[in-house]
Amino acid sequence: MKRNQFNSSPLAYLLIAPQIIITFVFFIWPAGQALYQSFLVEDAFGLGSEFVWFENFIYLAEDEYYRDSFGRTAFFSLMVAFTSMSFALVLAGFAERATRGVLAYRTLLIWPYAVAPVLAGALWVFMFDPSLGIVTYFLKLFGIDWNYKLNGNQAMALVIMVAAWKQIAYNFLFFLAGIHAIPRSMIEAAAIDGSGPIRRFWTIIFPLISPITFFLLVINTVYAFFDTFGIIHVMTQGGPANATEILVYKVYNDGFVGLDLGGSAAQSVILMVIVIFLTGIQFRFVEKKVEYK
Amino acid sequence: MKFISSIAGLLLTASVSFIPAAWAQTEVQWWHAMGGVNGERVDKIAADFNASQSEYKVVPVYKGNYTETVTAAIAAFRAKSHPHIVQVFEVGTATMMAAKGAVYPVEQVMNDSGESFDKSDFLPAVISYYQTSDGELLSMPFNSSTPVLWYNADALKKAGVAVPITWAEMKSASEKLLASGMDCGFSFGWQSWVMIENYSAWHDIEIGTKENGFTGFDTELRINNPHVKRILGQVADWSKSGLFKYGGRRGDSLSMFTNGECAMWMNSSAYYGSIKSQAKFEYGQSMLPLDTEAASERQNSVIGGATLWVLRGHEQEEYKGVAKFMTYLSSPEVQAWWHQETGYVPITKSAYELSKSQGFYASNPGTDTAIQQLNLNQPTPNSRGLRFGNFVQIRDVINEEMEAIWNGSKSASDAMDASVSRGNQLLRKFERANR
Repeated sequence: MKRNQFNSSPLAYLLIAPQIIITFVFFIWPAGQALYQSFLVEDAFGLGSEFVWFENFIYLAEDEYYRDSFGRTAFFSLMVAFTSMSFALVLAGFAERATRGVLAYRTLLIWPYAVAPVLAGALWVFMFDPSLGIVTYFLKLFGIDWNYKLNGNQAMALVIMVAAWKQIAYNFLFFLAGIHAIPRSMIEAAAIDGSGPIRRFWTIIFPLISPITFFLLVINTVYAFFDTFGIIHVMTQGGPANATEILVYKVYNDGFVGLDLGGSAAQSVILMVIVIFLTGIQFRFVEKKVEYK
Repeated sequence: MKFISSIAGLLLTASVSFIPAAWAQTEVQWWHAMGGVNGERVDKIAADFNASQSEYKVVPVYKGNYTETVTAAIAAFRAKSHPHIVQVFEVGTATMMAAKGAVYPVEQVMNDSGESFDKSDFLPAVISYYQTSDGELLSMPFNSSTPVLWYNADALKKAGVAVPITWAEMKSASEKLLASGMDCGFSFGWQSWVMIENYSAWHDIEIGTKENGFTGFDTELRINNPHVKRILGQVADWSKSGLFKYGGRRGDSLSMFTNGECAMWMNSSAYYGSIKSQAKFEYGQSMLPLDTEAASERQNSVIGGATLWVLRGHEQEEYKGVAKFMTYLSSPEVQAWWHQETGYVPITKSAYELSKSQGFYASNPGTDTAIQQLNLNQPTPNSRGLRFGNFVQIRDVINEEMEAIWNGSKSASDAMDASVSRGNQLLRKFERANR
């Protein structure tokens, strides 16, 4: 048997070393630390620590507030993904049909993506502040008592709205590219057969971009899970009465505010598992290029 | 992953920002949480001290808000690049105290450095919060305040009511204020501090067992007592008719007071500066209302704010500089200046006397309310403060449960029972981690 193998020269190792080192120092090592930390009960200064195996995880499993946070995070993520993707799809559908000023239209739609989460949160806080906000003022004219600092459902609706708004631009770009990739002849053929724009959208465009929709669903869920921290931190700090405390915010709150490093590490390990799972789904289904048949 | 990389980032910044002294002058690092105008005042104190002598140089570094500053100092301690002095807010006291190997009690710093130190000049209500049960002072009080009743004098005048002295009067005054066209009677901020911790101390009611946690980590909360439940239940009832309006955690409700929506506001005396610059009406401060059903007389209120903790692990010579700086910081002139500029209470009697002789209280009536509240009586075990581990999280729990009262999803009784059982769990966790 002849072995098909490159001779391993030291140069090869040398060349990949930087990549390996970076991966190790910035990803593997901290992740390992978090895993190790999650088995410890430790005081804040690290003066004394005790190895407790899965006690931190058991504590979380028994904590009904943590379980609530799980359900809340799932709801939040799905709502963010659904809201922002539907708006983006509608906008992309229209942008595709625009004949004039396409560039300006697209550029404007992409802008929100460039706004940092914290700033986005601050902007909306100004508009929706229960006593100073301009939107609050208009809602009052319609007899709606808006106070997201007290009403948990309103707070949830608000953070979903902001998180979704920020992600629309990203989804828009992908949907637009997807629609562009559909051969014109297909759509034209349908048009000749007499189907209107809405019917063409639902029977041709929507099914053909389903791989992109699925990809975006995963990306948006991950986004809602992790990247919405800044928005929540600025707007509600997880309140009122936990109504907007999603998992990633609880990790921060318990670890950095409460200085409960073991418990917080256990939570981040659980989050790590969720990301691995979501990434797995993505590789399994999206990277294999599932196409509409 | 975000969590992990932020820890890594934290450690990195902590180690970069600390550059050891290489001069003949001994450097003393001071990490603090005073942003904005107060940050400039902190810089001025350090600069004045540095100009007053040539041996030591105090370097103040702003590290973000209170929580961020503590977290940064702890991360730096773990990486062995911590500052000499760090400013920690009052609820972090138990955490700092439990870290015996990390903390150098300020009284020991003074004694070991041969710096004279007169503890009797300090205000009892201020230092009792930061003493061990044997009376050793652990950290140097720096910025301390206490909640007071802020009122809109114009609105009260229009409604024809006097400043309320009791909770019953709070209600009747609020009713008249509403009748005179105000949107709401009163509001408050920092609700756990004002409505639970200070309410309890003010009426000499226990907040937790073991002398509010002073004598042991095996303490349990007692804030589900009938008095706390009753007052919170009443306030919840009042909110239905608009006598009370909830405006968010911490100082978020300040705007409701300064824009004239609510006529009265209970929160820290240190909002003096903000109210002075924002309120377009005659305002004043007076003592917190007395709940005559809970006690016949007022006890004293407890402080909030922060103290300066000294961390171990540096050269003894450097601690001499720390001690000298502490002496300078607590001198009557510096304290009186700081107090009059910021609205924080002076930490020594001589600073109070100095402010008085300078005519500060005569020309700014009401500015001594905080200090009078603190000095009203010799603090009892119920009113000298509290020392609970994980109290930052416990306050969050209390905030959540109180919000559930205000939005009507829980009764005051259920919410306080839940606060106690959830809080006790956190206390047990702390006890376990600090065995």
